[in-house]
Amino acid sequence: MTEISETQSRVAARLARRHAGEKRFKLLSLGAVWVGLVFLGVLLFTVIGSGHTAFLQTKILLNVTLEETDLGEAGEGGQAQAIAGANYNGVIKRTLRAVFPEARSRSDKRALYRLVSVGAAYEIREAMMEHENPVGTPVAVWVTASDDVDLIIKGTVPRTAPADQRHLSDQQMNWIESLEKTETVKARFNTTFFTSGDSREPELAGVLGGAMGSLYAILVCLAISFPLGVMSAVYLECFAPKNRLTEFIEVNINNLAAVPSIVFGLLGLAIFLNAFMLPRSAPLVGGMVLSLLTLPTIIIAGRAAIKSVPPSVREAALALGASPVQAVFHHVLPLAMPGILTGTIIGTAGALGETAPLLMIGMVAFIVDVPTSVVDPSTVLPVQIFLWSDIPEKAFVERTSAAILVLLSFVCLLNLFAVYLRKRFETRW
Amino acid sequence: MTFDSVEHMVTEATDLEHSARIGATMAGEPNQTGEIPGGPAKMASRNLQVRYGDKQALYDVSLDIPVNEVTAFIGPSGCGKSTYLRCLNRMNDNIDICHVDGSVTLDGREIYAKDQDVVQLRTRIGMVFQKPNPFPKSIFDNVAYGPRIHGIARDREELNGIVLGSLERAGLLDEVRDRLDAPGIGLSGGQQQRLCIARAIAVRPEVILMDEPCSALDPIATERIEELIMELKAQYTIIMVTHSMQQARRVSDKTAFFHLGHLVEHGATSEVFENPQDDRTKDYVTGRIG
Repeated sequence: MTEISETQSRVAARLARRHAGEKRFKLLSLGAVWVGLVFLGVLLFTVIGSGHTAFLQTKILLNVTLEETDLGEAGEGGQAQAIAGANYNGVIKRTLRAVFPEARSRSDKRALYRLVSVGAAYEIREAMMEHENPVGTPVAVWVTASDDVDLIIKGTVPRTAPADQRHLSDQQMNWIESLEKTETVKARFNTTFFTSGDSREPELAGVLGGAMGSLYAILVCLAISFPLGVMSAVYLECFAPKNRLTEFIEVNINNLAAVPSIVFGLLGLAIFLNAFMLPRSAPLVGGMVLSLLTLPTIIIAGRAAIKSVPPSVREAALALGASPVQAVFHHVLPLAMPGILTGTIIGTAGALGETAPLLMIGMVAFIVDVPTSVVDPSTVLPVQIFLWSDIPEKAFVERTSAAILVLLSFVCLLNLFAVYLRKRFETRW
Repeated sequence: MTFDSVEHMVTEATDLEHSARIGATMAGEPNQTGEIPGGPAKMASRNLQVRYGDKQALYDVSLDIPVNEVTAFIGPSGCGKSTYLRCLNRMNDNIDICHVDGSVTLDGREIYAKDQDVVQLRTRIGMVFQKPNPFPKSIFDNVAYGPRIHGIARDREELNGIVLGSLERAGLLDEVRDRLDAPGIGLSGGQQQRLCIARAIAVRPEVILMDEPCSALDPIATERIEELIMELKAQYTIIMVTHSMQQARRVSDKTAFFHLGHLVEHGATSEVFENPQDDRTKDYVTGRIG
């Protein structure tokens, strides 16, 4: 009896400490989660805070009349060619002078013309070419304002700021205010940001070039690394004899996963560009370099997923007379797929944000055209962000943040896709 | 190599094997000398030795398995009875460190011969495992998998016939007739094990190996499986490993007792249980060891 009570009192003595330890651990882990959430919150807050204005772009409504004298050579294309070749710079200047007749001196006129973007002429040209009978009739066109006007209208730069900070003279400010009074200047949704490539003019710059470059590079990367990675994982896990050679390979795959990414960039430069003579700055080469990065991740995740499939399933198939290859492809691999896909998408998301190796193979160039194939010169989203963050112009600051948001939503989409795939394959149980 | 070509090869091999099998049975029948008295031997091993790395698991096991009877292997854990069972359809091939010496024959033909195709062998010797292991597929697909990979059925109708027939023989058809598309994993433990038996007999094997088929089941499910085994022995040669001596007594015609890697005693079940010749057997069957 005494022995039992002695035991009980010893247990009780430690019990309080054990409970306290448990509570402490719970609090610590909760704290860790909260620290993570706070950091994420701060990141999103600052990025959205400085980036959301880039989704709006100031436009100015102009009533443009195309005169016969503006038209270009008719040539074989007839009227359409004449309209396409018209002198729209002249048209826009004339239209602006009509709105503000008080601008008479040369410098005043030049200040007036600077209210609209250099891209405005193209917008008017496009509107005229869509119009049925543009010559002689006034056509209302929303043209893009210059970035300085844009920042004032959106309030990014305060109106009371000194002239050298807002880059606008008092007279230009007066013109803007009179435009506001007639409601012919407005911040509208910035479609340009999503439909065009890079530009030196912030109001004309967009992320589509970088996004398409990223998309092509990732597709190339997946096309190479997914089949190679899965086949390697299957071979190493299911068929390879366990000997020194396979052990050596295993160690080296793990090492490969830890190699700094810039080294892969140098490898790509030396082999893909210099030895294979593949095109510079192309998503093809970018994807190949990224596939080197994701390959070890996919192999490691794939092996773990294959290992976690219960061996009884494989044995059942083998006992029925399935060949080893059939047992693996009919039973083991389908069950391992959710895990393999998760690993693949984590690897891909990492590759999507990779910058350093792509700098090495020339994807850092200033490229205006949106790529239409994997061999077109292009940049990728993270490099685009890197490029814009380097530009001192104020209007690029908000665009940098907005591009980060686009990249983040790309990664989010990928992760959602991973969740969807996992759910889809898991319901087959 | 694509799946198609692999499957095609297996199909061809199976066709060949069918004709070879008939020949072997006819030639083999007259000159059978079984160590266990009774019917002619379906399978036989001579001086079978198995090592896992440095550890010897079986020593010189020579045993004949009579045709169309139930042979039970009993013995304490780690005695080598499961190892022996897995030698009979070469499942030990998949274990890298496992090394097998000696001979095992099926209808007089050496199954460890170099020209013996393992895939072919396993169509003749089916296996049911300790823990029910249906594929994570529908009930129908579970049973149809074997016939499909071997190309046994010529069309959809024939396949349906094989699947339903196998489920019927496994005594499961009445319970699952209206939910053949339901996942096999959703069945109860006993039903899953009968599904595994149906899956094994769908390939039309001659021998069925059962590795403690009832150890994960409750007594009622066990009874169903035992009844099933006794029905099946009319058509198949059944070899089972069991931990339950009562089960061996109820179900088997012949019993072999293994101890520490040695085959200690074998013979008619009633003889082994009621009149054991070896002291170790006596201790085990009377419950003194094990």
